[in-house]
Amino acid sequence: MIKIEKLHKSYPIGNDSLHVLKGLDLHIKEGEFVSIMGSSGSGKSTLLNIVGLLDGHDSGNYYLNGQLIENLDEKKAATLRNKFLGFVFQSFNLISYKNALENVALPLYYKGINRKERQKIALQYLDKVGLKNWANHLPSELSGGQKQRVAIARALVTQPKVVLADEPTGALDSSTSHSVMELLKEINREGMTVFVITHEEDIAAETDRIVRLKDGVIISDEKVIKKATV
Amino acid sequence: MFDLDRWQEIFQTLGKNKLRTALSGFTIAFAILLFTLLFGIGNGLKHTFEKSFNDDANNAIFIRSGRTTKPYRGLQSGRKIQFKNDDYKFIIDEFDGKVQFISARIYKGVQAIYKGEQNNYTVRAVHPDHQFLEKTIIDKGRFINVFDLKNKSKVIVIGRLVKEDLFGNKIALGKNINLSGISYKVIGVFSDEGGDNEERLIYMPITTAQSIYGNNDYLDQVNLTYNPAMNLEQAISFGNLIQKKLKDKHDIAPRDQGAIRVSNMAEANKNVGMFMLFLNAIILFIGLGTLVAGIIGISNIMVYIVKERTKELGIRKALGATPKSIIGMIMLESIFVTTVAGYGGLIIGVFTLKAIGSSLEQYFIVNPSVETYVVIGATIVLIISGTIAGYIPAKRAARIKPIVALNDE
Repeated sequence: MIKIEKLHKSYPIGNDSLHVLKGLDLHIKEGEFVSIMGSSGSGKSTLLNIVGLLDGHDSGNYYLNGQLIENLDEKKAATLRNKFLGFVFQSFNLISYKNALENVALPLYYKGINRKERQKIALQYLDKVGLKNWANHLPSELSGGQKQRVAIARALVTQPKVVLADEPTGALDSSTSHSVMELLKEINREGMTVFVITHEEDIAAETDRIVRLKDGVIISDEKVIKKATV
Repeated sequence: MFDLDRWQEIFQTLGKNKLRTALSGFTIAFAILLFTLLFGIGNGLKHTFEKSFNDDANNAIFIRSGRTTKPYRGLQSGRKIQFKNDDYKFIIDEFDGKVQFISARIYKGVQAIYKGEQNNYTVRAVHPDHQFLEKTIIDKGRFINVFDLKNKSKVIVIGRLVKEDLFGNKIALGKNINLSGISYKVIGVFSDEGGDNEERLIYMPITTAQSIYGNNDYLDQVNLTYNPAMNLEQAISFGNLIQKKLKDKHDIAPRDQGAIRVSNMAEANKNVGMFMLFLNAIILFIGLGTLVAGIIGISNIMVYIVKERTKELGIRKALGATPKSIIGMIMLESIFVTTVAGYGGLIIGVFTLKAIGSSLEQYFIVNPSVETYVVIGATIVLIISGTIAGYIPAKRAARIKPIVALNDE
């Protein structure tokens, strides 16, 4: 699903440049539940931005759904994001003046689906994250966990190939964090590839595979040995 | 453009951000309102000015005579200069082609009597061309013609107020009026935009007046209009030339200012023209100033709005909005708001001008109004500038990497 070969990325800082990603190789297959672990400055956010087509890379190859990503212009990137990727952010990034339903429906608007259909699909996904009754509430009227559920519903609504979650629990307390992770797991069980970035060990432990990043290189990549489910 | 979904999205954004919408709308509406009011009042001043010069033909030259103030060619000063028929003919012969209409005038005070009604009026005995010199409007009947002149007919054309005084609502045409003992037939009733005094006059053929009231060929005054093909400079030198030739003809010193007095509308027109130019420049300056202020206002607000929405735009981009759709959305929003608000300002401005228009006449502002095309032009300018002002930051916002926009707090 996601295949990265010798990926390099550096950011210009004044006249200097900061080499953030130093030749990463990573292969994530369809249906995997992967977490990228690393302290801040390890390059994990940069990796997510590149995987999420929010930013370009300098050298190396990136295949998304088998398609080589190169010479991306803004328009193509936008279309690919809309088609293949769903985003969940740490700070939720809901549009404040739109209610939950409208927020969830927004990606469908950019997909060109008509209003009635949008509302119908969006409501289905709100129901899926358990917020059907909150459809007409503004983000300011929702709790952090509810906001993140809305964001997850929004990430799923276009039926993407991959859900990218950047510190999805970073702004949540531990019990809400757990329930959000449960939701992501459930999505994964339904076959969705989920790609989580975190710096919290216990969050990473809930995924199936942990990739550890340090100073722009992968230092370990291992399957999580599951404790027996109770 | 006429994508219903897109408009629904825009209306929602506008409706949910009322303060923002109101701010940008207010800027435009206020700019257009001020523009309309200032322009209208400026036009009102202009109208006042135009109206006060509308009495006579605006290419008229009036020639009057007086007494000499300097001795010349052995003649004493203080000599009275009297125009006669040959002066009238002299001008026609001398300046053929340069004269459009020409008429002499004789004034005579009379007492008019009609069936018990009586009043004192001034008779102005003239040539037929006088109708065009004075912009006389014939309400009924006709003006004096060449046959009246030739036959020295005892016919008169009376002013609207003379008719009201003597006849009231009854028909005046064809009736006979007694003017200081002699009976004249009314052949026409006229009105004049020059005011009440002009409408209290009685016109009669100049030959009739000459034979009845003096049995001479004296003239009080010669009026003419110059050929409108002449420009102002040519017309002014034409007026001076007439004066010079007449002075020579009557043995008047070339520098004698009193004996022949030529008042040339061309000179007045030149001054009026200068003043109008000045007035127009002021109006234009005020109008442009208001517009520029409006443009700056709307530009500021657009920059602010887009800045405020950076994060929202980043979210939209992450969710699959193309740069084009972002730019389109912002532009359509700004065009919609500026158009509606601009139109609102225009309507308020025009109605305000209508409402206060008549109360401003004491301040020399008559019929303050704005040509529709001017206001629509101004509105279009503001809409375009609002669009451009929106386009530049929108384009920049659309170019920002979504990740940068998302981190923008």
